[in-house]
Parts: sequence; C-alpha cells; structure tokens
Amino acid sequence: MSAIDTQETAIRIRDLDFSYNGTPILENVTLDIMARDSLCIVGPNGGGKTTLLKLILGLLTPDRGEIEVLGRTPEKSRLRIGYVPQYARYDPQFPVTVLDVVLMGRLDRIFCGPYAKKDKEAALAALAEMGLADLAGRLFAEISGGQRQRVLIARALAAEGELLILDEPTANIDAASEEHLFELLGKLNERLTVMLVTHDVGFASKFFKSIVCVNRQVVLHPTSELTGELIRNMYGGDIRMIRHDHRCSPEGHCTHGLS
Amino acid sequence: MDFLNALADPAIPFLRYAFGAGILASLSFGIIGTYVVARRITYIAGAIAHCVLGGIGAGLYCQHKLGITWFGPLSGAIVAALLAAIIIGLVSLHANQREDTAIGALWAIGMAIGLLFIAKTPGYIEPMSYLFGNILLISEFDLWMVLVLDALVVIIATLFYHKFLAVCFDEEYARLRGVRTDLYYLLLLCLTALTVVLLVRVVGIVMVIALLTLPAAVASNFAKGLWQMMVLATLFCIGFIGSGLAVSYNYDLPSGPTIIVIAGLVYLGATGWRQFRKNSRLRSAV
Repeated sequence: MSAIDTQETAIRIRDLDFSYNGTPILENVTLDIMARDSLCIVGPNGGGKTTLLKLILGLLTPDRGEIEVLGRTPEKSRLRIGYVPQYARYDPQFPVTVLDVVLMGRLDRIFCGPYAKKDKEAALAALAEMGLADLAGRLFAEISGGQRQRVLIARALAAEGELLILDEPTANIDAASEEHLFELLGKLNERLTVMLVTHDVGFASKFFKSIVCVNRQVVLHPTSELTGELIRNMYGGDIRMIRHDHRCSPEGHCTHGLS
Repeated sequence: MDFLNALADPAIPFLRYAFGAGILASLSFGIIGTYVVARRITYIAGAIAHCVLGGIGAGLYCQHKLGITWFGPLSGAIVAALLAAIIIGLVSLHANQREDTAIGALWAIGMAIGLLFIAKTPGYIEPMSYLFGNILLISEFDLWMVLVLDALVVIIATLFYHKFLAVCFDEEYARLRGVRTDLYYLLLLCLTALTVVLLVRVVGIVMVIALLTLPAAVASNFAKGLWQMMVLATLFCIGFIGSGLAVSYNYDLPSGPTIIVIAGLVYLGATGWRQFRKNSRLRSAV
C-alpha cells in the first residue's frame, strides 16, 4: 500500500469496526480510495455496503478505528460530498417539483428565504448536464424511475462536491437507462471521485477502475492489478460469481488485500 | 343574504369574530396543513391537538380555582400544545419502534389531564364546547390572539420554506447538507401546535385536525408543487370555514361540525372524482 500514499487520498479508513445491536457488521476495515478513482462496491445483502457508505457520510460513527474523508472527519467533509440515495425510498405522492429537489443540493448555502440566483443557475446547469433541463417544472412524482435517478444525481452535482456517492442507482431502472447512467458517470469521473454501490456489476464493468468487496471485511481490487482471468470472473459473469468467489470471502481476502 | 347581514349586525359580534378568526387562521392552516399532509404526520398533529385539552383544563383551573387571571384556557392551550409538540417530537425522533404506541398514550394522557382539571374547577364547565367548538365563546381578544399567532406561524413557515421542504421530503439528505433536521422537525411540530390552537374555539380540538389536513388533501389533487398546494389549501380552508359558518347560521346548526362535514364532503368528492378520472383514463387506454 506504499505506492498509493504518494497520490491524493479521497477516503482513508484505518482499522475500523462497526457493530449494530451487538452484531458486527464491519470488522478491521482498512481502505484507501484515491481521488479521481471510480469504484464499485459489491457484496451480499447485509454484508455492510450501506453501512460503509453511511460511515463515510458520517451518518454513523465507528466503534473503533478512524475515517478521513477529503482529509477531514466525515462530518466536516459532508458538504463536499454529493450523495445520491435510492430514489425508490421517496414518498411517491410528495408534491415537489424537479427543480426544488435539485435545489436541495444548495441547501447549505441559504439560511432562510429564497435561493440566490446563482443557486438556481447551478441547479439548472446540473439538470442540463443530466439531460433533464426541460423537466425542471415537472413534479418529481410524475417522471420515470430513470429520470428520477438522474434528478437525484443532478441534486448531488448542484452541491458541487468532489466526491460522488451513489447507493444502488441501478436498482429498478431498465437496461437502457442503466447504460445511459454509466455513460454520464464516466464523464463525471473526469472531475469527480465516483463511488457506487450495486449488486449488479454486469453493466458496470467497462466503467469502474476499482472494485470494493464488502462482506464484513472490505477489500479493494484495482482493476489494473487483476489478471485477465480474474477480470473475466469478476466482471464477465453475473453477480453470483462475485458473491461466492472465495476471494470475496473474509478468509480469502486476508491473504490478498490485508496484511 | 342572511349570513352577510348577520356578519354586519353589531348585535352578534361573535359571528364576525369567528369569521375573522377563520379567515386569518386559514393562512396557517393552509401552510402548516400542507407540511403535515406531505410529511404524513397527521397522527402526530392529532395527538398534539388532543393534548391541548390538558392545557385548557389547567388554564381554567388556574383562573377559577387559583385566581391567576392572566393564565386562562387560551394561554394554557398554547403552553400545552407546544409542550406536547416537543415531547411527541422527541419521542418520534428517538423511539425507533413503538412510536405510535407512545404517541397514542400521550394523546389520551393529555385529554385525561384536561378532564381532571375541569372536574376540579369550581362552577359548571362544559367540556363539550372545547372538544367540539363553540363560536359563542369567541371574544375580540381571541381575534387579536389569532392574528398574532397566525402572523408568527406564517412568517416562520415561509421564511424557512426550503428547509422545511427538504426536511419533510428527505430528512437524511437535508442532514447531509448541513441542516439541523431534528431542530427543524421540532420547530415544524411547534408551528403545527400553534396552528391547532388558532381554531380550537371555532371547531374544537377533536375536529381541528380535519381542518388542518382536509384542505391540504383536497389541494393535493390539483397542486403542482408544495407552494401551490399551500395557496390552494388556504383558499379551500377559507371556503370551508366561510360556507360552514353561513350554513350553520342559516339552518341554526353548530358551526364546528358543519364546517367539518362540508370539508369532508368536498374531500370525498375530490378524491372520488380523481379516482374516477384515473379509472376512465385507464379504461380508454385499454
């Protein structure tokens, strides 16, 4: 791990433990994520993917160990993170326009009263970047799932952070929207660090530079270090190959990724 | 029009006060009702409203038994509503499970305390008029009180519109954007509490919740966005109160229930019409 220390680190985790109601969720996690990296977090349900995200966002505090995001504590770096939650968890009847949703990315810039002109411009620019400029006045509830997903990405972009974190963005959207999504993420990765949680790596394969396996323990595989055969194993097949691959099990990783 | 003449009649000022209080309060009801409906916290608002009886009882007791003239039922109602809002808010923020049980308990305890106070207050006091409203009780002082509280609620709710919107729509994201969401949630519940108190005299604490949620629920059928929903809900609220008072005056009916029945019928009508439209659109699509 000495080589990567010379680069700029976006996220640095050391010896982290986290348990929920006495059940260990993450154990002894040490991880370095480089700036401008693009990584895909995979692992079985209940393996701790979402927990890892919430720790990075500072919504949860570790039992042991430390996390640094962009050189500071997660709470302090929060505003520099663009976070994209799963769109499916929103109340489908909530009466809010697309523009108002995107403007929430600028919420930290106002105390009270209306948004400033430059906040609206930033929100509209983010919508335009997602190809949704004409939807600004529509109700969030009226648009399709794929569009809602992109609205939430626009909201994260409007925040103008350096780190983009997406939680299961491919859940519940069709294959065409998914491909479009990865195209957009590829473009964003030119200026942002992109982290994405998914249970479906199939479409993601071309885009990600690294893959992070989370199953109580966390291991990062830079794609460049992987052999052709391993890449085929991990990316080529479906997710079950990764989940049950011995390299993703805690024991398998101990020899490969952690010392 | 009988009702319009009656409004101008100096011999029956209470009707004018009730009408004025209703129109003024409609602003708060439209705005706060929209937040309550959008955030789906009708149940919490209902609990706050019922806890108000505890404060009314305490106020009556203080006034009639202890002789504290400055602390009457309305002051008691305000204090109880705010207290209930904060307690219920903290319960709903921190009790992850069994939130509904705890809130249901507070709901009943608040009412029980009120009834105990009323029972121990000398002289005959009719709890019915507090439970179901009685416009005969409205004085000019109440109208001023409504004006002040109304202004307070409207100013705070519009000033922090975007914060409240974000907290209602996506609390976790709002927190990640540096908003102290717990604080704004409690503030929203406190504004709900003050709003409930505004029309307790007119429709009573049992039915006030309907006036908070029904205008917003009707408005949600037509509104594009939260802001529009607030404006429409306010207009509907004015309509319900105005027509309710007119009908109750013309046919000599209790005004609170009349207002609520009109609001309820319009709500059912609007929802039914929307469902009908949706079904017929589906059928024509097939």
